Amino acid sequence: MTINTLLVKEGCPQEQMACFRKMEKVIVAMQDPDMGMKMRNQRLLITVIPHAMTGHDIITWLIQKYCISEEEALHLGNLLVKYGYIYPLKEPRSLVLRRDESPYRFQTPYFWTSTQWPATELDYAIYLAKKNIRKQGELMEYEKERYSLLHKRINHTWDFVVMQAREQLRASKQRRKADRIVLECQEQAYWLINRPAVTCQRALGRNRVKSSNCLEGFLKHSEQYQNHDPIMQGCLPSNPWISDDAAHWTMNADVVPVPTRLRVERWSFSFMELLSDTMGRKEFMTYLEKEFSAENLCFWQACEEIRHGENSRISEKVNEIYKNFLAPGAARWVNIDSKTMYKTLEGIKRPHRFVMDDAQMHIYFLMKKDSYPRYLKSDLYKNMLAKAIVPQETKKSVFPFMRRQRHSSPSPAQAATQATEEDGRVKEAGQIAEIVSAQQRIRAVRKTL
Amino acid sequence: MCIILCIIFCIILCIIMCIIVITKMCIIMCIVLCIILSMATQELQINESLAHLKTESESLKTKLEEERAKLHDVELHQVAEKVEGLGQFVMKTRRTLKGHGNKVLCMDWCKDKRRIVSSSQDGKVIVWDAFTTNKEHAVTMPCTWVMACAYAPSGCAVACGGLDNKCSVYPLSLDKNENLAAKKKSVAMHTNYLSACSFTNSDMQILTSSGDGTCALWDVESGQLLQSFHGHAADVLCLDLAPSETGNTFVSGGCDKKANVWDMRSGQCIQSFETHESDINSVRYYPSGDAFASGSDDATCRLYDLRADREVAIYSKESIIFGVSSVDFSLSGRLLFGGYNDYTINVWDVLKGTRVSILFGHENRVSTLRVSPDGTAFCTGSWDHTLRVSSSFSFSLFSVISLSPEVLLTHCVFFFFFFLQIWA
Repeated sequence: MTINTLLVKEGCPQEQMACFRKMEKVIVAMQDPDMGMKMRNQRLLITVIPHAMTGHDIITWLIQKYCISEEEALHLGNLLVKYGYIYPLKEPRSLVLRRDESPYRFQTPYFWTSTQWPATELDYAIYLAKKNIRKQGELMEYEKERYSLLHKRINHTWDFVVMQAREQLRASKQRRKADRIVLECQEQAYWLINRPAVTCQRALGRNRVKSSNCLEGFLKHSEQYQNHDPIMQGCLPSNPWISDDAAHWTMNADVVPVPTRLRVERWSFSFMELLSDTMGRKEFMTYLEKEFSAENLCFWQACEEIRHGENSRISEKVNEIYKNFLAPGAARWVNIDSKTMYKTLEGIKRPHRFVMDDAQMHIYFLMKKDSYPRYLKSDLYKNMLAKAIVPQETKKSVFPFMRRQRHSSPSPAQAATQATEEDGRVKEAGQIAEIVSAQQRIRAVRKTL
Repeated sequence: MCIILCIIFCIILCIIMCIIVITKMCIIMCIVLCIILSMATQELQINESLAHLKTESESLKTKLEEERAKLHDVELHQVAEKVEGLGQFVMKTRRTLKGHGNKVLCMDWCKDKRRIVSSSQDGKVIVWDAFTTNKEHAVTMPCTWVMACAYAPSGCAVACGGLDNKCSVYPLSLDKNENLAAKKKSVAMHTNYLSACSFTNSDMQILTSSGDGTCALWDVESGQLLQSFHGHAADVLCLDLAPSETGNTFVSGGCDKKANVWDMRSGQCIQSFETHESDINSVRYYPSGDAFASGSDDATCRLYDLRADREVAIYSKESIIFGVSSVDFSLSGRLLFGGYNDYTINVWDVLKGTRVSILFGHENRVSTLRVSPDGTAFCTGSWDHTLRVSSSFSFSLFSVISLSPEVLLTHCVFFFFFFLQIWA
């Protein structure tokens, strides 16, 4: 559970070394002359690079050797590339294994991650200097930054760095072009693994909101909910913990004939408040049925069930949703834009927990922007608000020392088991009724014969 | 640079000596010298690169703080100046739940607003109806120090775990004779102690955090690991799920002084905050989901805004020395309750940053604190083996007491004369 994905050079933990050794075994097996991979010469522009292989070949070899599926082979290949054992020739910066004809090569054992050769600042500086000298403007943004940083930091050895870079470039010019390209690629791959583009860039570039705007939000929220906070303002009829009277809870139970005024007011604070209250959701559903857009809420509910339901029933639920809401000509077809619909339909082929997320988001925001504001202005909501009761504050008893009796309430577990029992009984009754009616029909048919 | 010069110098010296006196001793001495020198240089190189990495990471951190500070144009208490002050609150304990045989470590409320589940050091997990103070269920775990417990949203099950490195789910049965432990389901498996657990919106998924530095999302039915979250450098002590519309993030706090916000779907750490000076013991989201509060061993509670991506308030007092073990917001988010290791509960005004109340009563450190789902009361568990449910002092009585004595006297005199007139 604690496999670190950071490549820390100093003190490489035991778990990582075991991974590397296994990866090296795979690589060595791949290079085996009899059972290994088929190598070819790859053309890179004009030069021919020997001992290269295509992504497609790698995957086929992995599937054959380890008897695994294509997806797993792709995943394993990707990891081999990410840890630098195989490097791509065409797009060296994107460390991904592609299933097509893009060429890859094995990294020389000298540069393997497991050798724990400390990738020092000095070596990195020499590498960057070489790149700079070779071609101006070949350094990337983050490499330029690092170059200037290193220049500041190891300024005292800078002459040594430049001298080494020039020496190495001169030595490499004496090699054949193919060898030179190979060595360059190997070195580049090594440094891409050991000095990756830092992800702190992401944190630095994040969109932040001004403090004044955010903090106003807290004030508004506190003000809005102040009357609803029992500890601050007290609650009507009384706080059950203080007065020992559970009337407050019975009045605010999930299903009541008439809700309290505070509860109905809360539905107007945000769409989420309306949907999280059972009664609110029912009222909203009634409203949508009048507007003939109830399928939106049903779709949203069904998607919620997938997101939070059992793992084993996901595909079953996804199929049902498709049949009822997404299939062309479905009974309750929901209106989603074509891009999201296409993406969802593609995802349905391999159903997983979050496959409906985009569509659900779309419908949620549709309801929030369109139906919800209209509901708040509708007669249905206004009547509800007018009907809602404001409970009377319970009078304090004459003798304040006499304690009211505290009544217990049915356990939710009991309510749940009763519900399932009733369901079971209803199902049974339904089945019996079906059998009886079938028998009657058979008798009727027999009589006519 | 000087190291390389030293090596060169030594080698030259050795060669000269070898030329002058070619004896075995000399050659052996040269070899030994060379080995020692190479080892020394390697060590120095490693130390150099470590120091370089450290300075690089420090410089990046300062750069990040500078970026964050650019958009910070006003403080929270400045914005809150226009809001009315709260005055002093009086909190009173309404129920004391006695029954645990040892330190109470964790508790959670049921969605029916009156039941709670609590776990303690002796391995017992008890489900109470806190309103009547009756015990409804009791489970004995096979391990001691049950540090995490949670009530399922449906009210039909409880999850708990601790030193056994596992999180187990017990369905609550109503048959008094049935042994709850028989139907236990082992869901989560970590490699170190379980510090916190919480059900997501349904009974089917559990989010856990552990002393092995990771958080994980599990499917209850199959016990399968759905997603794991790596990024903390030390034990993760607490977590809380976001109440937002998309419902896809959670925040965790750990012994590495960091609070991380995670995306449940991808497993990535979206935001990270490191301003505390010690272990973060508890994190809790603000009711709107735009911010979260954290309580730490450095005796402060801090409020972090997620949109501004920075800490916006610190709740501390010089007289408060002991660490915070747990925090929670009141329903409106105006009050922040903190349970402290000095046996007290301090109540803070979130907007103004001042303390509005202090509650005594526990006889040992407060280990857990949760506000009830409808905000009517809050429950605290402590190392003194008890749980206490407390709420604000009765309102109508308070208003009577607040009447000044002169007004009361004039009222009494008025009524006396009134009755005199009626009788006469």
